[in-house]
Amino acid sequence: MNFQFTEEQLMIQQAARDYAQRELIQDVIERDEKGIFPTKHIKALGELGFMGMMTSPDYDGGGMDTISYVLAMEEISKIDASCAVVLSVNNSLVCYGISTYGTEEQKQKYLRPLARGEKIGAFLLSEPEAGSDATSQRTTAIDKGDHYLLNGTKNWITSANSASTYIVIAQTHTEKKHKGINAFIVEKDSSGITLGPHEKKMGMRSSDTHSVMFNDVKVPKENRIGEDGFGFKFAMKTLEGGRIGIASQALGIASGALERAVQYSKERKAFGTEIFNHQSVAFKLADMATDIDAARFLCLHAAWLKDQHLPYGIASAKAKLFAAETAMRVTTEAVQIHGGYGYVAEYHVERLMREAKLTQIYEGTSEIQKIVISRDLIS
Amino acid sequence: MKILVCLSNVPDTTTKVRFKDNNTSFDANGVQWIINPWDELALTRALELKEGSNGVITNVSVITVGEAFAEPTIRKALAIGADNAYRVNSIPKDAFFTAFQIAEIAKKESFDIIFAGIESSDYNGSMVGSMISEFLNISSVSSVSAVNIENNEIKVTREIPGGKEFLNVTAPLVAVVQKGIAINPRIPSMRGIMTARTKPLTVSEAVACDSLTEFVNYELPQPKGKCKMISADNVKELVQLLHNEAKVL
Repeated sequence: MNFQFTEEQLMIQQAARDYAQRELIQDVIERDEKGIFPTKHIKALGELGFMGMMTSPDYDGGGMDTISYVLAMEEISKIDASCAVVLSVNNSLVCYGISTYGTEEQKQKYLRPLARGEKIGAFLLSEPEAGSDATSQRTTAIDKGDHYLLNGTKNWITSANSASTYIVIAQTHTEKKHKGINAFIVEKDSSGITLGPHEKKMGMRSSDTHSVMFNDVKVPKENRIGEDGFGFKFAMKTLEGGRIGIASQALGIASGALERAVQYSKERKAFGTEIFNHQSVAFKLADMATDIDAARFLCLHAAWLKDQHLPYGIASAKAKLFAAETAMRVTTEAVQIHGGYGYVAEYHVERLMREAKLTQIYEGTSEIQKIVISRDLIS
Repeated sequence: MKILVCLSNVPDTTTKVRFKDNNTSFDANGVQWIINPWDELALTRALELKEGSNGVITNVSVITVGEAFAEPTIRKALAIGADNAYRVNSIPKDAFFTAFQIAEIAKKESFDIIFAGIESSDYNGSMVGSMISEFLNISSVSSVSAVNIENNEIKVTREIPGGKEFLNVTAPLVAVVQKGIAINPRIPSMRGIMTARTKPLTVSEAVACDSLTEFVNYELPQPKGKCKMISADNVKELVQLLHNEAKVL
């Protein structure tokens, strides 16, 4: 086993850290408070290559491996998980989906601007009545010969307003159930698409989340991804990689909270000494650090398997489950260590705690990850 | 026009400094190395000048005197945008030795502007840049806070007590740069990181040169004393403490 990062991986980690700690930190509290999308940061991160970092340079991507992606996601999420989720969806769902399963024409037309960060992608799977049960798609895509006609509603769509390229999962052959589902590339400015209001979320408030309604939206035939009926498999395969992104985001939220808690514990005094010297605080920090290392190893293991072209679905489910649960635990303890200061925005940890909650829910709840993992045990 | 930027490979500024061999040498174990912050800003300005020069500046090179472990920081400079790099394979024994080695390379390559940071964040010597200009017998401008090229003229701003001095300088020159030369160091892009490995990095052995300095001993500064808060109304107590405890009055 090799636990040594390469020089390039370390350079990417440092680049992400530099950007996050120099730039994202400046307005992260204000963006969270007012629900402002990080437009200028996404543009800058796109110019640095973070929006399509695993996409081949042949399609204007960074050509980096998944380990590098984990390192970058952790650093950005330490400071700003809202920005990180835009990166995660663009990289591991949209760019990965098109570059792995798209046609050459789709790659030329859609992948290039996404990988350059000039356009943002969104992944439209969840519906009002199809969240964890993704097979129950109510959105329909009826084959009309030279095009499909999309109708239905998608819920909880990350970057729905800022994105210009959607990947939409919809049912074409209801009688075939999940084998009748297709995936399509849909341009957001297509006629018949309307957005619901900006969701007022508990956390990740700087990413724009909306419902998206499709009313007789024409989608060219050539925008279907893969063979007819490939959509559900496409979604599941793509989400396996997506979980590495969200696991790394959760890892970053946790390690960001730990860094702040350690710093605070060295500065804050109570009963005549820095609170770090109180065992009740020191032991909390030790537990937090140990859990974070375990989460990091799970994330990196899943990433390594993906880079080696080995099956990584179960590993990514374990990483996502453990990292999300760790993020919730660690951020809660970080707030506790900060006491009253932890409950106010200025000290960041209350925001990290609100952000952590979503990592237990989206791209497969913790319970769904347990289903995936347990079914594998008995298969 | 060609620019050379001198890079010092220094411990990360958050490094816990330790010594070994009976406090006669720095313990580099576990240290993360970075480009000296002043040099990184110098590189940023050099790249800005090249990009805005309409092709007048054709090349930005970087140079380090250091052993192989300095190469990651050199490659970071290449990832940021330097075109090529030189490494003189030797411990940078002192400022005289380092400046001599850089001058030997510079003599062969005829650079128009040589940038050096005002000091390195490890030894704070503030000597290398000026020494290079002496070895090359070219102009040297210290405390430089801005460099611009207009109509092929090199315009330099230097900080002086109470103000600024504006100079037109004829190439070749050494600009010893300080605060103001660039706002923020550049962050390498993915493309830059990918191409860094394929950019030329020329390694040469050091030319014979005595170092003029011997490191006798190191010691850490005393830990900060505890701070005593005195009420603004209680001048008498303040004076007593400054006299009796701090012994500065």
